Amino acid sequence: MHTLTLAEISRALSAKEFSAEELTRALLDRIAQVDPELNSFITVTEAQAIEQAKAADQRRAQGETGALLGTPIAHKDLFCTQGIRTSCGSKMLDNFIAPYNATVVQKLADAGVVSLGKLNMDEFAMGSANESSHYGPVKNPWDTSRIPGGSSGGSAAAVAARLVPAATGTDTGGSIRQPAALTNLTGLKPTYGRVSRWGMIAYASSLDQGGMLARNAEDCALLLQAMAGFDPKDSTSVDQPVDDYLASLEKPLAGLRIGLPKEYFGEGLDSRIADLTLKAVDELKKLGATVKDISLPNMQHAIPAYYVIAPAEASSNLSRYDGVRFGYRCEDPKDLTDLYKRSRAEGFGDEVRRRIMVGTYALSAGYYDAYYLKAQRIRRLIKNDFVAAFNDVDVILGPTTPSVAWKLGEKNNDPVAEYLMDIYTITANLAGVPGLSMPAGFVDGLPVGVQLLAPYFQEGRLLNIAHQFQKATDWHTKAPTGFLK
Amino acid sequence: MALERSDVEKIAHLARLGLNDADIERTTGTLNDILGLIDRMQAVNTDNIEPLAHPLEAVQRLRPDEVTETNQRDAYQAIAPAVENGLFLVPKVIE
Repeated sequence: MHTLTLAEISRALSAKEFSAEELTRALLDRIAQVDPELNSFITVTEAQAIEQAKAADQRRAQGETGALLGTPIAHKDLFCTQGIRTSCGSKMLDNFIAPYNATVVQKLADAGVVSLGKLNMDEFAMGSANESSHYGPVKNPWDTSRIPGGSSGGSAAAVAARLVPAATGTDTGGSIRQPAALTNLTGLKPTYGRVSRWGMIAYASSLDQGGMLARNAEDCALLLQAMAGFDPKDSTSVDQPVDDYLASLEKPLAGLRIGLPKEYFGEGLDSRIADLTLKAVDELKKLGATVKDISLPNMQHAIPAYYVIAPAEASSNLSRYDGVRFGYRCEDPKDLTDLYKRSRAEGFGDEVRRRIMVGTYALSAGYYDAYYLKAQRIRRLIKNDFVAAFNDVDVILGPTTPSVAWKLGEKNNDPVAEYLMDIYTITANLAGVPGLSMPAGFVDGLPVGVQLLAPYFQEGRLLNIAHQFQKATDWHTKAPTGFLK
Repeated sequence: MALERSDVEKIAHLARLGLNDADIERTTGTLNDILGLIDRMQAVNTDNIEPLAHPLEAVQRLRPDEVTETNQRDAYQAIAPAVENGLFLVPKVIE
């Protein structure tokens, strides 16, 4: 049962081949058996999962037929879950039990989705390797000496190892697409504002967006259909109708115009990844697409701008962790200042403290114009590049990452080296456009992902292209052999 | 412009992060590496380019000024480190 996709599970449940409860128990057993090797879960919610599965079976028995009714997933541990710890991968929130559900969690629960637990992640979603988690690093099922990517590394490892058919994730600079690429999954970051941020613990509010990692585009479409939509509780949620993503999957690709930005194929890219990316392009051409060389001239400035904007917003967002109302509090504070300073120094890990300090500096008196406003001006240049490119092409295609998954510990002492790995993904967050990564082959036995970017609110187009590609190829069906049984 | 140890101490204070001597030492080097990366921005010509704060340039939505939240003080206080009689406790501020 664990090798089935969400769509296959949905069909099997409606054909009564097994019940949601049987499936849930089988997956929980498998998590208990396999996950110690991967560390992808922070919390497994066994009792709640069985309760939700029984309720879903009952709803089905009463004639309900929702596509997701009784299907299992797991949530990245930054979506608030009522009554269940939401740690955000941090010692700061190790004891935090949210008094409410995130909108995404609630919407999926209403659709009858069974949540198996909360998934490991980089602390406060800051990282590209899932090594900054308070709960220890996550291993890549394709090679357990390697990182699964981050920050949604637990989501990626759990789905790749077939512990769960799909998982939620969040993407502030590539945190869905990069781990999806490094573990042979399909991952979608929707348009900024398409999925509610309410109850999603904030990192950088103008960049954060919820999405999912799954085994194929069809499963992403099923989940997005339930997750997307206007939410009055999120002040930057967009009030625009939600497309029929499942219906868009089957559109033919004839006439599709793909842009290949020359900046995505320059220095720093593993040439074998470049070759696989171009092979994916050839496949799409066979399906009727045409290709055009384009340029996104300001891409090279995206990393410096991102590493001002994201830390600046983080330093502001994370000021709420003060040891007073919730979260970690230090022992025996001398006075209020000592309470703040020690609670924060002891509760946050290295990378979070670093980003808070970079952000505090960038926003401090005398530096605001030179750093924060400068970065926001560059952000407009990057958005303008996309707007101009989408006048000529329907989607942009390139590699998701410059390299395959690296070894655990390899970049631990060099944050700048790790930041540079985000080069192909962060522009989508700065511009707010949707992006998808899909499997496109292997280098030395390790997965490679290709990224597609589309104009605002064209998630349906991305899913359509990925689905058609996945009907013509079988990269996405490959599983890490050690985790198949 | 490289940060000195004293700059890092000041930033840590502004951020209310109580770093020890070893942390400050280590952090100074790393922050300078990061600022080196960030400073590449200064070479970009952004004359006459307006800052972009929101990707879709949306403005803050307003809603009618009505009470929509119910009182959940007990739920919120259940997860607080220290409370008494419905109040959040902190160390004594006024002698």
